[in-house]
This record gives sequence, C-alpha cells and structure tokens, in this order.
Amino acid sequence: MNLVHLKKIRIIVSSLFFVLVLAVYLDITNSLQVLLSPILVYLQFIPSLLKFLSVPVLKAGGFIIILVLASLFGRIYCSSICPLGTLQDIISFIAKKLNGKKYFKRTTNFKALRYSILSLTTIFFIGGNLILLDILDPFSNTGKIMTNIFRPLVLLTNNIIAFTFEKLNIYAVYPVEIKAISFLMVGVSTIILLTIVLMSFSKGRLFCNTICPVGALLGLLSKFSFIRITIDENNCNSCNLCEKVCKSGCIDKKAKQIDFERCVSCYNCFSVCPNEGITFRKFPLENKKYNEVKTDRERREFISKTFLYLLSLTSLSFIQNKIIPKKESTVRTLKLNTVSPPGSISIANFTSRCTACHLCVSSCPAQVLQPALWEYGFTGILQPYMDYSASYCTYDCTICGDVCPTGAILPVESIEKKTLQIGKTTFVKENCVVETEKTECGACAEHCPTKAVKMVPYGNLHLPEIKNEYCVGCGACEHACPTIPYKAIYVEGNKTHQVAQKRPEEKIKGEVNLKSDFPF
Amino acid sequence: MDRREFFKKSLQAGALTGAALTFGNYKELFPYNKYLTPSSYDLVAIKGGEPDVMFDKAIASMGGMKAFVKKGQTVVVKPNIGWDVSPERGGNTNPFLISRIIKRCFEAGAKDVYVFDHTCDDWKRSYSNSGIERAAKDAGAKVVSGASEGYYQEVDVKKGEVMKNAKVHELILSSDVFINVPILKSHGSAEVTIGMKNLMGIVWDRRFWHRNDLHRCIADFSSFRKPDLTIVDAYYVIKRNGPRGISTEDVVTMKSQLIGKDIVAVDSAAAKLFGVDPNEIDYIKYAEEMKLGTTDLSRLSINRIIM
Repeated sequence: MNLVHLKKIRIIVSSLFFVLVLAVYLDITNSLQVLLSPILVYLQFIPSLLKFLSVPVLKAGGFIIILVLASLFGRIYCSSICPLGTLQDIISFIAKKLNGKKYFKRTTNFKALRYSILSLTTIFFIGGNLILLDILDPFSNTGKIMTNIFRPLVLLTNNIIAFTFEKLNIYAVYPVEIKAISFLMVGVSTIILLTIVLMSFSKGRLFCNTICPVGALLGLLSKFSFIRITIDENNCNSCNLCEKVCKSGCIDKKAKQIDFERCVSCYNCFSVCPNEGITFRKFPLENKKYNEVKTDRERREFISKTFLYLLSLTSLSFIQNKIIPKKESTVRTLKLNTVSPPGSISIANFTSRCTACHLCVSSCPAQVLQPALWEYGFTGILQPYMDYSASYCTYDCTICGDVCPTGAILPVESIEKKTLQIGKTTFVKENCVVETEKTECGACAEHCPTKAVKMVPYGNLHLPEIKNEYCVGCGACEHACPTIPYKAIYVEGNKTHQVAQKRPEEKIKGEVNLKSDFPF
Repeated sequence: MDRREFFKKSLQAGALTGAALTFGNYKELFPYNKYLTPSSYDLVAIKGGEPDVMFDKAIASMGGMKAFVKKGQTVVVKPNIGWDVSPERGGNTNPFLISRIIKRCFEAGAKDVYVFDHTCDDWKRSYSNSGIERAAKDAGAKVVSGASEGYYQEVDVKKGEVMKNAKVHELILSSDVFINVPILKSHGSAEVTIGMKNLMGIVWDRRFWHRNDLHRCIADFSSFRKPDLTIVDAYYVIKRNGPRGISTEDVVTMKSQLIGKDIVAVDSAAAKLFGVDPNEIDYIKYAEEMKLGTTDLSRLSINRIIM
C-alpha cells in the first residue's frame, strides 16, 4: 500500500467516530443513544479502562486494543479515535482557512509538564479520586462540550423551528423543554472549549502533548513502539514540508529526527513528502545503545508521599451536605446523601468510576440526570446526580446504564430496576399542604409508581403515608410536591443501593354485572 | 315607492346584508347542517361492548358526530395520557376509543383533529406506551406535544374563586370543537377522577392546583371552557391506588362508557358508576354551586344501553 493514503484513512476513521459523537450527544429525540453509544465508547481509552475495572470482561477491553496499537504503531488513538483530537483538527483546519497561515511550527517538548499531569492524574485515580480525570479525559471533555454547549444550542434551534412551524399550525416538529441548565457547567465546558480552541488555533495538537494525560500515557508507550515513523536520511532532501504539516510539532528538520513520543500518528507527513523520506522503521534498531536511566530517590519519595496524602484526602470527600430548603414557615431539612443513578451500586463506587463524560446526561429522556456541583462533595464535581428538582426517574427506563462507557452506571434489567432502591423517601408533615392549608393535595402519591407513598384518611382529608420498603427512590414524589419554596417530601440517597420489596397485592374485588341496570 | 327609491333601498339592504355576512357571525345565521336536530338525550350510558363499538352506539343516539362537529372545523380531542403505562392498566384513556372518535370527527367533516395531553410521566413514553400516539396518528389526527410551556397561553378564569388565571394549551383556545375524553379511575385525593379532573391536563402549572385547594381549583377551571362533549371511558377502571395504579390487580373491567354535554352531570353519573356519591365529592359539589351543570340526574333524559 502506498503510505500516502494513510492520511486519508485516518481522516475517514476519525470522521466516523466524530459523527458518532455528534449523533449520540446531539440527538434530541433520544432514540440513537442506546444503539450507537456502545460502538462509540468501546475504543475510548479512559472509559473503557474504567469499565474494565468494574466488569473485567473482554467486552469491556477496548483500551487493551489501544494499548496494543500504541506499543506497535504509536498513538493511533489520538488521531483516529479520540473525538477531542478530531475537534482540534477541525479547529486547526478552520484557523488555517481564516488566517491563511498554512504551516505549523516545531514546539518544545514540555516533557516535565505532561508527565507531571500524568503522574498526578494516576495518583489521584489510584486513590479512588477521579477529579483530575473528570476535567482531563479527552473523551469526557468532548462529552461535556457537546452536552453543555452544543446540545443546548441544538435544542434552542429546534425550539425556534418548532415555534415557527407552530405559527403555521404545524406541530410535527415539537419543542423540547430544557428542564435544567447549570450555568456553572456551561461555564466549565466553555473554559475547556476555549482552552482547546486557543491551543489548537495555531499550535495544532499542543494540548495532546502538554495537558492530556491519555496523550502522555500513550506517548510513553510509543516511545517503545515496535514500529515508528522516522526520517529516512538517504531519501530526505531537506525540503522541510513534513515539519510544516506536523500538528504535534515533533519533527526536527535539522536533526532529521521525529520525537515519536509526541507524534499523534496523523500521517500528514507521509502525504506531503515528495521523496519517500518518511518511513516506518522497526525498533529496536540493531546496534542501538540505550541510555541508562538514573533513578532519583528524592523524587520517588516525594511522589509516594503525595500519593499517601491524597489517599487520606479522598476518604474525606464523602462527607458532604446538601441543604434542601424548606418552606419559610417551617422546618429546614438536610439531604445527607444525594441520589446516584440506578446501576451505580453505591455513591462511592459511582464517584470513583465516573469521568463526567455526560453521555447519560444527554441520553436521559426524563432529564433527571444533571451534572453535580457539590452534591457528591468536592471530588464529585461535574459527575451526574439525580436532580429531582428538574425531573424524576422513569420507572421502566434503563438507558443510563446502557450507555455509560465507564461502568460507573452498570446496565440494569428493566425488571430488576423496578425494585432497585436508590434512595428512600422522607416526609415532612409540617410542610405538607394537607397539614398547612387543610386542603386535599396528593400530588406525591399520585406520581408514585410503587405506592410506597399512599394517601390515607386524615380527618376528612388524606395525608401521605410512607412505606419505604416499597420505595425505589425515583423522586417522582419530590418532583411533584407543589409546596414552595420548600418540599414536603424528598428522597434521601442510599449510600449503597438496596432492593425494595414489591407491594403485596391481590386482585381487586368488584365483579361487574354487565346485565344489571345502571346505578342512576 | 318609485323605481328609483326601490333601487336605492335595495342597494342599502344589500350592503347591510353584505356587511352582516362579512362582519357578523354568519355561521349562526346559516348553519352548515340545516337538518341538525338537537339530541333528545342529555346523557348516554352504555355497557357491555368494546370501547369503539360502544362509542358508535352512544354517539348515534346523541344525533351522531355531525351534531358536534361541522364541516371544516378543527377539533381537539383531549384524552388522559398521564402515565407511562399500557392500556390494560387503566391509567390512560383507551386507544381504540380515541381512534374511533377521531374517525367519526373526520367523517363529520372535521378539517383537522388534534390530540394532546400534558402528561405527568415522560410525555414521549406516555404517548407511546398508552397506545394513543399510534392509534391517533393512524386515524389521521395530529398528535401534539403538551410538554412545552411555549404552547400554553395565559388566560383569565373569570368565574374562578381561587384560580383567577391559568396557562392553557393553545389548541384548546384555537380549536372549534373541544372533546374531553377522560378515563374513570380512583384518585388518592380527589376520590375519583373523571371529566373535570381531566382538564388539569390542558393547563401548564398543575402544582398550583395542588397547592391551592385541589377540589376548588378543579371546579374553578371547569368554568373556563366547557368541553362540547365529554366521553368517559370506563372500560378498564382503576379501583384503588389511582390515578396511576400499581398493576392490573388494581383494575376492574367495567366495559362501560358515558357521553354527555354537561360535564357535571357526566361526572356525577360516572361517580355513581364507580360506586361513590357525587354529592360527597367536593369538586362536583362546587361545580354545581357555580352553576356549571347539574348533579341531579333525575332531571335529565338519559339513554341507558346494555349491549
């Protein structure tokens, strides 16, 4: 095969992955996610790695393929699969069109920076703290940008179209209500996007070789790749074209060397080289001398001590409080634990597996999954939680577990979900309309799918009665409760999810005599 | 009167008639259906058949759909699609009934038939799992979302005692004919939900009702736009744990249906069918006090059909 075509193949493959990202994150009808997201996420490095840790089966082993590819050929992931990489390429492409500058420049290698970030992320990760991955994983960052910036824009456009059609009495395009939008999340995502735009605007893949921990890790591996891209000194005519098209800025024209650690395998250099001066070469080269690596004891000690320190910090992260405001006239209550999504097993498990890719946020048809601020405590910032002020969990729905790429939310069978208890209901009688206004209400019981909340006679009215053994913690009661500004019924998250009982029922009596007369 | 005067007067008369036709409500002067005979029945109660078959019989004895839908009119059919449950759970109006109503509307000459509800559960799942979306679309109706505040317009509820205004779905405001198709079922706080309670689904802010005396709000809002026809589906009836029910164990197959123009009378008859005294249900009582209709069924001419 002519190596010139490698670039085209890379562009096709990366485009396919990017289109998948667009489809999965921007489909406002929520009909493509369950089908397409498994294809998209299988090869995404960090999500796959995390999923493998939860479910160690080959089905979750996409990251192994990436590692194997990296040790054989280099960072294939970075240019062909990573959606953030493709996003940077798109921005560079637009930038080139805008400012007319055609070429990239060689950049310094920022080794210290990228390995520091990689080490820190790893240490945090091993300590069970995903805060750095939450803000650095390239797939998840793409997800955040898509969910919090582009999806709202798509929704807005859709709604403008829907309301324009509505004026013409056409209701085929329907508006989609945006049930919650967190401006902090939009802000965080905008910062991430701006960073990407600024770095890739003229510097190509600088981000991948400075900040991205996946880039650093795969770079480390590709340092020892079996087959690497090199400059064939015999064929090279020093035209420098390769250096000018190198997005990573890793080609040194003078020394005629490629820093393969930083190479993202975009194959641009192959396509411009007029003289087959760029080739693959097998390593290790014969008669190559290896430099001995000196160990630095002090540095190692520092790292291990930091590691221990952070381990102790992470255990503190679960002490967190969320104040649920109550009606001014009455009691304030404290939600001790927020509710984590069904299938996450426990809050601790969830927060130590979720990379905040927000795929579940984009996929949740009820829009109950929303990115957290402080609900999980400091380390859970950006990770989705069950936001019952926005909506409530659909009784039969299992989509979040189906799409989650990291195993933070494991797939749950529909039948299993119906007794999966993610939280329990707390009733605050002092805030209830029936108690304060002495009128009927019943919004909570009406919405309860299991009748864990049921209206029982209370004088000549009806008051909710809670049977938490039947409660699944879906939040329907909390969402429906009309008291303002504070709710009279709310769901306290289960630290570890439990199994609810089914309410025992017998067939209701009441035979209908179809031949008898009407009672009026 | 000489010839000149005759022409002058004729022209004046002609201009006046023209103006009246142009600016006046000429539909009332020249009804489409000259042979429209008002139904002799105020209420039809039927049982023992399938929902669509019962509807055909019942509407025939009320003068047919032509008595309610004129040629070229737009119709809005408002079923109860509140919950993400299947038809036999009795949580939502029967899809066969909805389908047949739409069909008869088109036969009567309806230009467009719209179907919507402001659901409680996720609207797309409720529309789909209730079977109503498919049934309505197949019958040629336009299925419209009720889940967007943009579709709701602020209106005054002039007779309202507690509820003075509300945001109402624009289809209710813009359609010529409003057909209310509730399902009869138990309700934890309203005791029983029928026609008036079903109107909660054409309003955006339901929490207001719950916060401000549910029974009073149900009666208040019933004064806003009385449906032209109320058809109560009582085929699968949730007898306990309503309005959502837990399973089919809560459902009694009653195979019944009620049709009437007076929503209060229809609700009273349905309450009796359910087994409760309408005079003990506050919202029905309030509605009668507000003169929105009667609970005194003995004053009505009722056609009772047992199939």
